Amino acid sequence: MARITLASHLFPYTGGVRGLELDVANVRQMFAALAERYPDLQGHLENEVAVVIDGEVYQDALLQTIAADSEVILIPKIAGG
Amino acid sequence: MARHHVTATVNGEAVEFLCETQQTLLEVLRDELRLTGTKEGCGTGDCGACSVTVDGRLLCSCLMLGVEAQGKAIRTIEGMAGGEKLHPLQRKFLEHAALQCGVCTPGILIAARSLLESNPDPSEAEVRYWLAGNLCRCTGYQKIVEAVLDAAREMRGA
Amino acid sequence: MSASTKYEDKPLRIVGTRPLRPDGVDKVTGRARYAADYNLPGQLIGKVLRSPHAHARIRSIDVSAALALPGVKAVVTRDDFPDMPVEYAAAGELTINYRDVTRNMMAREKVLYDGHPVAAVAATSESAARAALKLIKVDYEVLPHVIDVREAMQPGAPLLHEEQYTAGVSPRPGQPSNIAKRIEFKLGDIEAGFRAADLVIEREFNTKPVHQGYIEPQACLASCTEDGQVELWTSTQGAFTYREQCARVLQMDVSRIRVTPTEIGGGFGGKNNIYSEPLAIALSRKTHRPVKMVMTREEVFRATGPTSGANIRIKMGCTRNGRITAAQAVLNFQSGAFPGSSVPMAAMCTFTRYDLENVHVVGHDVTVNRPKVAAYRAPGAPISVFGAESVIDEMAKKLGIDPIDFRLKNAATQGTQTYYGPKLGVIGYIETLERAKAHPHYSAPLAPGRGRGVSSGFWFNIGNETCSTLNIGEDGSVTLLMGTVDVAGGSRAAMAMMVAEELGIPMDKVKPVVADPSALGFNFVTAGSRGTFAGGMAAVVAARDAVEKLRRRAAKIREVPLEAVAWKDGRAQPAEGCGVQFAPMTLAEIAKVAGKTGGSIAGHAEINVQGAGPGFGVHIVDVDVDRETGLVKILRYTVLQDVGKAVHPAYVEGQLQGGAVQGIGWALNEEYVYGADGVLQNPGFLDYRVPVASDVPSIDTVIVEVPNPNHPYGVRGCGEVPIIPPMSAIANAIESATGVRLCDQPMSPPRVLQAIGKAAGAGN
Repeated sequence: MARITLASHLFPYTGGVRGLELDVANVRQMFAALAERYPDLQGHLENEVAVVIDGEVYQDALLQTIAADSEVILIPKIAGG
Repeated sequence: MARHHVTATVNGEAVEFLCETQQTLLEVLRDELRLTGTKEGCGTGDCGACSVTVDGRLLCSCLMLGVEAQGKAIRTIEGMAGGEKLHPLQRKFLEHAALQCGVCTPGILIAARSLLESNPDPSEAEVRYWLAGNLCRCTGYQKIVEAVLDAAREMRGA
Repeated sequence: MSASTKYEDKPLRIVGTRPLRPDGVDKVTGRARYAADYNLPGQLIGKVLRSPHAHARIRSIDVSAALALPGVKAVVTRDDFPDMPVEYAAAGELTINYRDVTRNMMAREKVLYDGHPVAAVAATSESAARAALKLIKVDYEVLPHVIDVREAMQPGAPLLHEEQYTAGVSPRPGQPSNIAKRIEFKLGDIEAGFRAADLVIEREFNTKPVHQGYIEPQACLASCTEDGQVELWTSTQGAFTYREQCARVLQMDVSRIRVTPTEIGGGFGGKNNIYSEPLAIALSRKTHRPVKMVMTREEVFRATGPTSGANIRIKMGCTRNGRITAAQAVLNFQSGAFPGSSVPMAAMCTFTRYDLENVHVVGHDVTVNRPKVAAYRAPGAPISVFGAESVIDEMAKKLGIDPIDFRLKNAATQGTQTYYGPKLGVIGYIETLERAKAHPHYSAPLAPGRGRGVSSGFWFNIGNETCSTLNIGEDGSVTLLMGTVDVAGGSRAAMAMMVAEELGIPMDKVKPVVADPSALGFNFVTAGSRGTFAGGMAAVVAARDAVEKLRRRAAKIREVPLEAVAWKDGRAQPAEGCGVQFAPMTLAEIAKVAGKTGGSIAGHAEINVQGAGPGFGVHIVDVDVDRETGLVKILRYTVLQDVGKAVHPAYVEGQLQGGAVQGIGWALNEEYVYGADGVLQNPGFLDYRVPVASDVPSIDTVIVEVPNPNHPYGVRGCGEVPIIPPMSAIANAIESATGVRLCDQPMSPPRVLQAIGKAAGAGN
């Protein structure tokens, strides 16, 4: 099961839950699983977060693989000017 | 609205055009004569992107009316290169990477040429103060100043 | 797609040198065509009627008199555009909400800022269009307005959006608020951190909105045919994004819009969002004629997005040895008329330069009656770092520790846990600090009465969707189609250099072309310092794809196995140790016979680039402060920055110098000035004072190269970091010179005088 940590800005949507384990194979599945568990997260995932998988930052990478022992962190999306 | 008929020379060639009373020389150059090398950055004489020379005098073409061009000799960026050969300033700007987006570049080249025509050996401070009427947001001015000083050196044969 | 795109340390022929840029000659001769330089036969001129009020309900709009004016061919108002539901998209930077996009481009129920578009006309001449605007009658119900961020956050403040409830707060609030969003980051135990501190410093800072200040105003030309196909030429950092946004707000198929990104006269983040484009398209649709819309400088200031102004509080604690034990920030950012400021990124950048255990950052995104903010070069970071690096300077000085040593004691490095989530990878902060300390500027003698300041900055940099196609012509020349708009940094040159390096051919055989969206898959906007990083990645991937195909083709032509063919120095030649011999073929030779041996050869890359490398910069500045006028003169300025790899050093230097000077303007002079009526008083370059050539000295640059392991050439984005340190570096220098710390930006002469006077009066 992959270990998912939510950056603290998402706590309000999960009632304060910051870490959980999920059995998911890629980013899209993880978003779906999170939204199912915490409906308030819906709409704040795909377009607002970047995903750090085992230390590498990914944005807009729905099919990026999450391994069974991956460490995943959700952080705000990064843009620029 | 009645339009005025004006004749002048631009980059050494005789031109004639019609313009409304309130049209600026900048608008005439771009919209009537289709010489779009001279740019509008502000329309109020604060940015220098529209710099041209009129009878040898450096000015902002957005601050002059088209009708005032009657009988005058105007020089724009389009006339800066001598046929196939670029002006030393143009070459030095390329060599020194003195441009990024390039929109201020025509105005700065016209202003710099005007400087070197009156002062062939300017100091760095003189270059900076002469160009203070030309805004650049991309380069921080550094490479522009270096290019102008280098062009001056070459033009003096130094 | 073939081999890995990880960094390889190898000898380079072209990358790292300084060839002339391919688009240069057109720019120095005036031939380069920017959006306003385009004209089509029969075109009409479009103009926008803008709200004179900061906040008002629109009761009615009567355009009949305008339509009746000779020369006027069409008028559009809110009735001509569909309302959009709440719909988020990452169609540019700063996630947009289409419900807001459609209202920003044309007001619907209310006008929310001085300059908000209310109607647009298309006429046969500029003077007719202007006359038509005067004939449009709008009945406004003027409402109280609020433009200060602190005032807007108070309960009872005039409310911009009755349906806006603060997001990110649990439980959901019962009352609507101008605070659109709250964001929070925590690491460790902040209270314990402060208890462990020997020194605690708390300061409040206020900054004003500043504009990107691109010299080229927004301009577009739209042409809509009778069968609904649209052609749009526009000044944009992202043609794909503009196409997407226009299609959405006009409810058209993306495939019916063809967007040509024209040469762009500066963007810096301000041209990632549509403004007049949908209006021009709608007017063209109504009139069946092309419609050209060019903003005046006044319109650019009143109605395009500046950065946020902000109120921030920074509180930090450290031991007497200079080790930071606690770092806390509250960031209140104006988002303008609609939500969506850069406060999340500002929050993530505030303290990230340091290895910390206890951090707490809270950010608020607050709507106020000003134009909607847009990104501006490292959006948000210069503001929060102004506060953090000022407090760090104060701590170092109080403890008698050298400012660079203080930063070195706490510097982030590989493996440092950030407070917003990931650990940092390979970075060059310590190297950059050490180069700064050793730089002659740092130890140069300083005359009495003058001051020296130091500061540092960090930016994540990004990658995102990028596509490139590399076509090999029959004569062996190579055309690289790029989707990454060259926003002037010279990325076209850098791309060509990387392709030439990969293929082993001279650079003048490579022609980089910024393609319109119909030629390539989706490309994200050129922002986030991604131009050379991601664009380069795609160029390299496309080149390697082409090399694979060239090898395959040579193997077929020479009738040898593929493993026997190596690509070296621009030719297919026998691989070492494979035991097979054949006559080598150059790229040109293969290209010549390509048509008859299977078809033309092209390389492709359609990727979503990840692995951007963060950049760190350190600035040193010397100032002179005139005690009588408050004028701060910059005497000497040095920029040091880790760029990973400088593909074209002159263009990297240009980014460092340009960004630093924008930061100097931000620090010393630039601000939006509003009257009590909420109307902007300085919408022009005379009173909105950007730096001119005589304001700044030479900017020395030092390029540090700690390669990014995720890019074939080690490239990190470099364009944004340089704007981050100047405000705090200059504030720190002013403090050194005068003993007075300025916490309000800009540090213009009246403010400096006032601060010095106040300190003198208080007997400091």
